[in-house]
Amino acid sequence: MTKKKTLLGAVIAAVALAFAPMPAHSAGDGTHAYQQDWSFSGVFGTYDRNQLRRGFQVFREACSSCHGLDFISFRNLSEPGGPEYSEDAVRALAAEFTIADETAQGGERERIPADRWPEPFESEQIARDANGGQLPPDLSLMAKARGIHQDFPYWAFNYFTAYQEGGADYIYNLLTRYSEPPEGEEVPAGLYYNDFYGTIAMPPPLSDGLIAYEGEGTPQTVSQYSADVAAFLQWTADPHMVSRKQMGFRVMIFLVLFAGLLYLVKRKIWRDAH
Amino acid sequence: MANHAGNYTPGNGLERWLDERLPIVRFSKEHLMDFPTPRNLNYWWTFGGILAFMLVVQIATGVILVMHYTPHVDMAFASVEHIRRDVNYGRIIQGTHAVGASMFFVALYVHMFRGLYYGSYKAPREIIWMLGVILFILVMATAFMGYVLPWGQMSLWGATVITGLFSAIPILGEPIQTLLLGGFSVANPTLNRFFSLHYLLPFIIAAVVVLHIWALHVPGNNNPAGVEVKDSRDTLPFHPYYTMKDLFAIIVFLIPFAWFVFFAPDILGHADNYIPGDPLITPAHIVPEWYLLPFYAMLRAIDFDVLFIEARLGGVLIMFGSLAILFVLPWLDRSRVRSGTFRPLFKPFYWLFVVNFVALAYLGAQPAEGIYTVLSKITTAYYFGYFLIILPLLSRIETPKPLPPSIAESVLGENKAKAAAA
Repeated sequence: MTKKKTLLGAVIAAVALAFAPMPAHSAGDGTHAYQQDWSFSGVFGTYDRNQLRRGFQVFREACSSCHGLDFISFRNLSEPGGPEYSEDAVRALAAEFTIADETAQGGERERIPADRWPEPFESEQIARDANGGQLPPDLSLMAKARGIHQDFPYWAFNYFTAYQEGGADYIYNLLTRYSEPPEGEEVPAGLYYNDFYGTIAMPPPLSDGLIAYEGEGTPQTVSQYSADVAAFLQWTADPHMVSRKQMGFRVMIFLVLFAGLLYLVKRKIWRDAH
Repeated sequence: MANHAGNYTPGNGLERWLDERLPIVRFSKEHLMDFPTPRNLNYWWTFGGILAFMLVVQIATGVILVMHYTPHVDMAFASVEHIRRDVNYGRIIQGTHAVGASMFFVALYVHMFRGLYYGSYKAPREIIWMLGVILFILVMATAFMGYVLPWGQMSLWGATVITGLFSAIPILGEPIQTLLLGGFSVANPTLNRFFSLHYLLPFIIAAVVVLHIWALHVPGNNNPAGVEVKDSRDTLPFHPYYTMKDLFAIIVFLIPFAWFVFFAPDILGHADNYIPGDPLITPAHIVPEWYLLPFYAMLRAIDFDVLFIEARLGGVLIMFGSLAILFVLPWLDRSRVRSGTFRPLFKPFYWLFVVNFVALAYLGAQPAEGIYTVLSKITTAYYFGYFLIILPLLSRIETPKPLPPSIAESVLGENKAKAAAA
């Protein structure tokens, strides 16, 4: 690549690099993902309230020390279609955290349901310093910002099944597929190997029994934790999915009936025209 | 104007008074109700009405979105999320606008391929076709700028790649690019001018649509038989026949539209656009929206120098050429027969052209390596060959099937045949 000062030169270089054979650290792109059976999949899918609550617990205990949730306010946790905590519980939860507020006494006050979920780090630089130079990405939209690779013709079916769970599948696969590197592959110090992603800066965040679920009956395994937190992150990315689908059914039924009536009108008008 | 229906008589004194000063009622009656329309138009002809409807949908939802959107690189992404999460019905309005762009192009491509099959670009309808090509280019520009506004990774890097095309033009290229970007890279000034233009262009499109329909109302519609209207037995008044047929088609079109908006709003977009735009991180694959892919494939197909033309300039010329060639199409296809139905040789080449165009779209989404680059070159060659070689040649060697003597006869003849078979 010549040292052209034009932007195009840089762009072509970047694109050429991007299309060059995949380096090992981005193995995730073409790797097969194991798709899960989600409660929110398909047009009839809804969130499992208990799963979202478990997922929130996993997020809080295992993820939130490094990852933010920029677009989630405490009040979202009590909205219908989500984890649906009571408003009192959310108010109490919010009050566990403080926020800088120059109008408050002492410049700081307890959070209220209208406040956002607290940032784990004060600034991007502090976040990088605490994580070996890497920035832990915000998770509120992670389930929409990632997808899984599907071969033709499987991706073509998605338009008819309304498959929107690639991000949740991605998160599940990432969290459950930490492993020893294959023979001959060097993993640099401070990095980890993930069979789905390749070498990754995030240490394995989960282990069996790490998080104590309330009550009996839910296995306390990495697989279960991963599925629960993936479901929770699907909700943070798409918190109003349930009401959107509900409205969708009303709209679809209306459109089909209206189209049927219009067809009859059209046929009657055209009856003598042929 | 030809084909005056002209049977408006003002009903009372007030209407007469208005008619002598601003004959708007007369105009509406003649052009929106009584306009004589060939009686044999099939459902492929409803996509014009669908497109007009889609333009209104996009403008209406867009005007509402602007009330909540912030055109600033630090706030644009969050403001779109705010619309989706906190604005009343915002997720439906935003979803309709985003999915609507794709549905707009679905209708646009059907409309154009219908014109290509039935020879709607031929005399005396060349101007209608050329205005249509202008509309196509304007809609592509508008959609591209709209995709930049959410300021995700694909917004930023798509804008970088597309505006970078201009720098391939000798001498003038870089000043043009700098002017487009408002600087030397895609940044806040770029977002601001794209936002401004994205709001402006739809109204220019609406104005060109008016010209497009005006030009249509001079010779009247083409039709599946491709023979001109001869007398009143060939036509039906636009209202109620075609208003109701178009309305039915619009509602049917809304069913898949609503499917995407409510059940799969993100499936037509790209996951990377949910990552806020970051000028320091290039996405692994920069892919334009699906509706631009055929042209993107032709851009990338030219990876070799031709004489003094560098590969990248060649690619840009081919891409713009693939649109420019549409302007001269009426003079490339000299066949006197309009409708492909009566052109036995034309038909297989036409359908190959359709398949070829879909293949170009597929190739535009693939990495530029291996077999894909070879296939891109072949499909690009066929795209141009169809217009420059096949169509001019066919009009010389083809013997068309006999045309029906009139529209009325083609419709009634068919029905008679059906009745006889039954």
